[in-house]
Order: sequence, then C-alpha cells, then structure tokens
Amino acid sequence: MEQIPLEHILLLSAALFSLGILAVITKRHAVVVLMGIELIFNAANLNLIAFSRHDPALLQGQLFSLFVIVVAAAEAAVALAIVLRVYQHFKTANLNEIATIDK
Amino acid sequence: MLFYIFAVLAILSGAYMVLTRNLLYAGFSLLITLLSIAGIYVLLFADFIAVTQLMVYVGGVLVLLLFGIMLSSRVHDKSVLSENVNTIWGTLVAGLIFVGLSYAILKANISSLPWLQTTELDVLGNQKSTVQSIGIKLMTDFVLPFELASLLLLMALMGAAYIATDKQKV
Repeated sequence: MEQIPLEHILLLSAALFSLGILAVITKRHAVVVLMGIELIFNAANLNLIAFSRHDPALLQGQLFSLFVIVVAAAEAAVALAIVLRVYQHFKTANLNEIATIDK
Repeated sequence: MLFYIFAVLAILSGAYMVLTRNLLYAGFSLLITLLSIAGIYVLLFADFIAVTQLMVYVGGVLVLLLFGIMLSSRVHDKSVLSENVNTIWGTLVAGLIFVGLSYAILKANISSLPWLQTTELDVLGNQKSTVQSIGIKLMTDFVLPFELASLLLLMALMGAAYIATDKQKV
C-alpha cells in the first residue's frame, strides 16, 4: 500500500479549517455556526492523527483526538441547549437579532 | 487513491455546507464530510478513532444538530433558510487563512523532519488493531484525563438538561 504524503493530509485539514471559519463568519443561524465549529474540530483531529502515524509506540495523537471528540460532544450538547433556550426567549435563532442581554 | 476520493468528497460537501442556505441540506452535507473524515482515519491506521467518529459525531452530534435545526426554526416557512452576512470579508479572511496555511505547509518541508524520517510507518506492527494499545494507554498513562472526561460528560449532561428545561411550565 502506497504511503499518503503528509503534506496532502495537512492541506486537506487546512481546507476544512478554512471552510469552518467561513461558516462561522458568514452564517447567521446559531446551529450552522455550531456546524462550522464541528468542522474546525475535525480539521484539528485530522492533523493530530496524521502525525500520530509517525508515533507508533505511543499513539499520543490518537488519544488526544479521542479527548477532543469527547469535549466536542459535551460542547455540542450544552451549546444546543443554550440555542433552544435563546430560541424560546427571542423566538429567533438569528445571531444578528439577538443583541440584548436583559429581558 | 482512496484517500483522494475521500478528501475531494470531504471538501466538496464542506463547501456545499457553507454555500447552501437551507439548514437541513447543510446538516446532511456535514454528514458526508464526517463520514469521509472517518474513512480517512481508517486509511491513517486509526481504526478506533474512526469508529468513535462514526458513533459520536455521526450518531450523536449530528442527530443533535438536526434536532436543534428542527426545534429552533419553523420548517414550513422561510426561517429554515439561514441568511449570509459579511460574505466578502468572510471569504477574504477564510481565503487568506487557507493561503497562509498552505504556504506554511508547503514551505515547511515537513516530510524531511528527522523524527518523521526515522520512525517506520508500520503503526500496527504485528497487532490487528490499535484498540488494545489505546485501552492499555487509557488505563495507565492517560487515566487522569480519562476520568476528567467522564466528569465533564456528566456535567455537560446535567447542565444541558437543566438549561433546556422550560422553567415556566415545570
């Protein structure tokens, strides 16, 4: 089996990271912003696993990405709970219309 | 070869997620991105991470996101569409980040680093998978982060359930 060059994996990860940034900046629905954040997490994980390939004895990159996945799952759960509360309160999930912090 | 198919699939569906204005289409194209990334993990000898990606992201986070879309917008009217703002600045910033990162990656000549050269790429060795060594590592070297992660998940579960409860109705 031929070897995948490391640069190509890093370039894919850079492209996914930029797409995630683009989604976070341009989208105004809170859930789509969360999707962009998930894309950024996946780009970071891809880098960790690409370098973990060169660390066969320790597998530190794979273990680190495992914890990144756990923290991302916790983050998504709490963030969606907050989005639902905000939607119930403001009747919108558009981040530009949510501009007040008091009642 | 398989890697490039998965890579193109991931980038195309990621781009569609950014370009489409329909929230549900964005969710489903994120599904394809996550699945292709799981395939790439398998090609990079990370079988356990690939299965975790499938179970946690595709089975958990994505379903959560789709529920979030359905609960936070009225599907039948226009609010299932998300408006775009800062399109020019966002494209500029993301493009500059991508160009800068690619330039750095191509300039850095990573493959010639000594510690990448010396290690052989036979990750699995004579084992069938990484599951056993990951399990041993989690119970020895990484036991503190492992326990902290379980605590964090418990806190997130209780916090999310508490935040999402409608206080007026209870």
